Amino acid sequence: MEFQAVVMAAGGGSRMTDLTSSIPKPLLPVGNRPLLWYPLNLLERAGFEEVIVITRKEIQKMLNLDTKMKLDFVCISDNMDMGTADSLRHIHQKIKTDVLVLSCDLITDVDLYKVVDLFRTHDATLSMLMKKTHEPTEVVPGQKGKKKPVEQRDFIGVDDTGKRLLFMANEADLDEELVIKRSILQKHPRMHIRTGLMDAHLYCLKKYVVDFLVENRSITSLRSELIPHLVRKQFSSPTSLQQGLDNREEDQKKKEQASLDIYSFIKEDNSLLKPAADNSCWNDHRGDMNETLHEGKVRCYVHIMKEGLCYRVNTLGLYIEANRQVPKLLLNLGLEEPLVHGSAQITDRGMVGSDSIIGSSTQVGEKTSIKHSIIGSMCTIKDKVKITNCIIMNSVTIEEGCCLQGSVICHNAVIEKGADIKDCLVGSDQRLETKAKHVNEVIVGTEQLMEI
Amino acid sequence: MAERAAARGAGPEAAAPEGPQATELSREEKLQLRKEKKQQKKKKRSEKGPAAETPELGPPSEAGQPQVAAHPTSPPALADGPNDGEKPAGGKSKAELRAERRAKQEAERAQKQAKKAELSQAATAAKPRLTPTEPQSVVKRLPEHVQMDDPAAQRKLAKKLERQQVPLRQDYGTKVNLFSHLHQYSRKKPLTQQMSIPSTVIHPAVVRLGLQYSQGIINGSNARCIALLEVFKQLIRDYSTPPNEELSRDLVAKLKPHISFLNQCRPLSASMGNAIKFLKKEISCLPDTLREEEAKEKLQDTIDKYLREKILLAAEAISRSAFEKINDNDVILVYGCSSLVNRTLCDAHVKKGRAFRVIVVDSRPRLEGRETLRRLVRKGIHCTYVMINAISYVLPEVSKVLLGAHALLANGSVMSRVGTSQIALVSKAYNVPVLVCCETYKFCERVQTDSFVSNELDDPDDLILLRKGQAQLGGWAENKSLRLLNLVYDVTPPDLVDLVITDLGMIPCTSVPVVLRVKNVDQ
Repeated sequence: MEFQAVVMAAGGGSRMTDLTSSIPKPLLPVGNRPLLWYPLNLLERAGFEEVIVITRKEIQKMLNLDTKMKLDFVCISDNMDMGTADSLRHIHQKIKTDVLVLSCDLITDVDLYKVVDLFRTHDATLSMLMKKTHEPTEVVPGQKGKKKPVEQRDFIGVDDTGKRLLFMANEADLDEELVIKRSILQKHPRMHIRTGLMDAHLYCLKKYVVDFLVENRSITSLRSELIPHLVRKQFSSPTSLQQGLDNREEDQKKKEQASLDIYSFIKEDNSLLKPAADNSCWNDHRGDMNETLHEGKVRCYVHIMKEGLCYRVNTLGLYIEANRQVPKLLLNLGLEEPLVHGSAQITDRGMVGSDSIIGSSTQVGEKTSIKHSIIGSMCTIKDKVKITNCIIMNSVTIEEGCCLQGSVICHNAVIEKGADIKDCLVGSDQRLETKAKHVNEVIVGTEQLMEI
Repeated sequence: MAERAAARGAGPEAAAPEGPQATELSREEKLQLRKEKKQQKKKKRSEKGPAAETPELGPPSEAGQPQVAAHPTSPPALADGPNDGEKPAGGKSKAELRAERRAKQEAERAQKQAKKAELSQAATAAKPRLTPTEPQSVVKRLPEHVQMDDPAAQRKLAKKLERQQVPLRQDYGTKVNLFSHLHQYSRKKPLTQQMSIPSTVIHPAVVRLGLQYSQGIINGSNARCIALLEVFKQLIRDYSTPPNEELSRDLVAKLKPHISFLNQCRPLSASMGNAIKFLKKEISCLPDTLREEEAKEKLQDTIDKYLREKILLAAEAISRSAFEKINDNDVILVYGCSSLVNRTLCDAHVKKGRAFRVIVVDSRPRLEGRETLRRLVRKGIHCTYVMINAISYVLPEVSKVLLGAHALLANGSVMSRVGTSQIALVSKAYNVPVLVCCETYKFCERVQTDSFVSNELDDPDDLILLRKGQAQLGGWAENKSLRLLNLVYDVTPPDLVDLVITDLGMIPCTSVPVVLRVKNVDQ
């Protein structure tokens, strides 16, 4: 078998607690499908037949996905607080070949073969996917004023071809200067450093990386620790090559360190291709006397998407934007479901916009106009309601005369008559009184506010 | 056509009473029949000659046709009996004679069709007897990779690939008319686009190898063959015989889809083809008594032996032989990047300490000479680097030319990187000896006199150069009258090559068929 796919669905969604305090992140509805459906659909389209899904017990109970693949759920309990690397270590006995790790919040229509081909062709240690971020255009509820994104920037250095990943650092880890090792520049004199790239959290990893993780218990997160470590390791020599040591203690320590070094995990069976590489006249760089790939054993590659959709739904703004773009994505995938579900009862068809999605068993009253919105299933929307640019989840009741604009209404909320809501986030089970007027607010229950 | 008609006429008649021994008898009979035919024709012509000459002098072309058409009538006429005596010599007008002849032709044609119907009924029994009776009509099947413009061949290929579950790679871009029978693929559309990601039909090592071939990461005849053999070793390691199957037959069948896949990624080289033939033969010759583990071990050992003897040791032997030809203060010209030539030069310089300098000739779009330059300069050899358009300027100071080969063909031609034939041609004009280094496993039984029939077309987009951010040829696909051609190989005629250095010794180009014959006898 060539690859095993692992989807990480145990995360909490720490950057959008307003939404995820009541609904676990993998179950957040995007285009009336749970968020977890999207990476699984990507894997199914690529041709995977089995997927390992790491998730929590309560999520597994609530999931019902219609997929032909065999899903192997591995449940980790909530109190263990595992990072992504910890989860991989937890399932390392199931991993027998190279692994493709996905996050549950990835919505993309990338051609997976582009990422995987880099991994195969260059016999790479790591191959990942990135996309140029663009400025969010939607107004995010709860945002006070025009705020700069809180997330720190990532500095990504790629070589001339744009495929080889040379450098990765996060602004949070740096003090004032960006430090680039001389060995990188000696081997790759031309490096392009980009800051506007978003990591899609889609990694192809070799099996020996998982073995390395098992031994190295200090690494907890893939994205923030393992990947930068691998990128740095490309240009640092294995510690076992260091010159002779006199001190025995030092020797011992070095031995321990050597055993944790990733080079010791790279099996030497790739040396059978060495005579072929020696006789071949391909070189990845020119201008110096070094052998191709500088004989480096650890190689990291990145595929940077130029066109197409790629979203990581980990903030509220991205959640709203993903909801906007998902109808287009579903259309491109050729899913023939009508946007308006068959069992929905809509009195005035004409007032429902052409790109709005309406879930099953939803009742929409007379003279209700719905434009550019996504409405979940089993909702009750009474007459004379105006809904524009909203995301309404399941089982929501909206009484007559309401006017909702640019808002997110979570499950089971009730909005009484005559309410005027603009750019708000209404949490689950909330009840807005009649004739309430809210602009740019986050309305959640008090117990939810206590979670930090 | 006449002979075939005679054969068909003679075949069933001669073969009907006898069994399979009829083959040889009927061949001799056929030869005899042919001789008789010729004699009869001569007689007839002498009969007709004085009478039919005057009316036939007028329109000689028209007369030519009835004459030619009359020939098929004559051999069946032989079998049927002396019908030709009916023609009166002279007396009848030209038109009447023609009409008579035409009537006879129709009659004979009807007879032939009746005989054909008989034959097709007895086809299954008669076929093995029929084909040997037609010695001239043995048509060698053309390989499908040079039949791109033949839709029937392409349909067959598509069906075969579908059966093996290997995707069909689409051609890219308009081709130059002379090469429209060859495939032209784009590097940006790899074959993996149409395959599922964890590839189940094709072994992952083979997928990786195919990608490396198509992206050009492993190129060069030796490198591709070595990589192929190593991957085959891995395939055999991971293979397990299904129940009720024989390893010797099933393994060959299992290898076929992988070979088709590699062929779709990049057309197989001659060295790879020979290695595959060798491996298939080894597998089918495995004795049935061996257990699966032992059989797999044995196969891996034979592959190792082939690799060691035919490629690695051969390179060593060629390096030693070629060393005798390198003298002190020589100026050697090399072209492109040949692993064998590089090894020869590096060994001569490093191990034996000969003092010589090298002129490396390079050409676009591959620019493989840069890699040669790097390897030679790294060992301390004094090098000069020129492009191929400058060879007539450097040749006056060159003492010999050392070339590598992709394959050596049965008529002594050398198939090598495009540009080699030009180097050989200009060297001949300057009287510089041309030496070709080639291992015997690359000797091929094909015969080629030109570079058009069987070649490889590389990605035409490689020819697009970016100068100051502008690619002049960037929009070549939209221009209907512009075609880009990126040839990979060309054929050097044997009279331009002075010596071929092989692991069997130094032979002239014309001795290649001898080597092939000796190899076949050995095997």
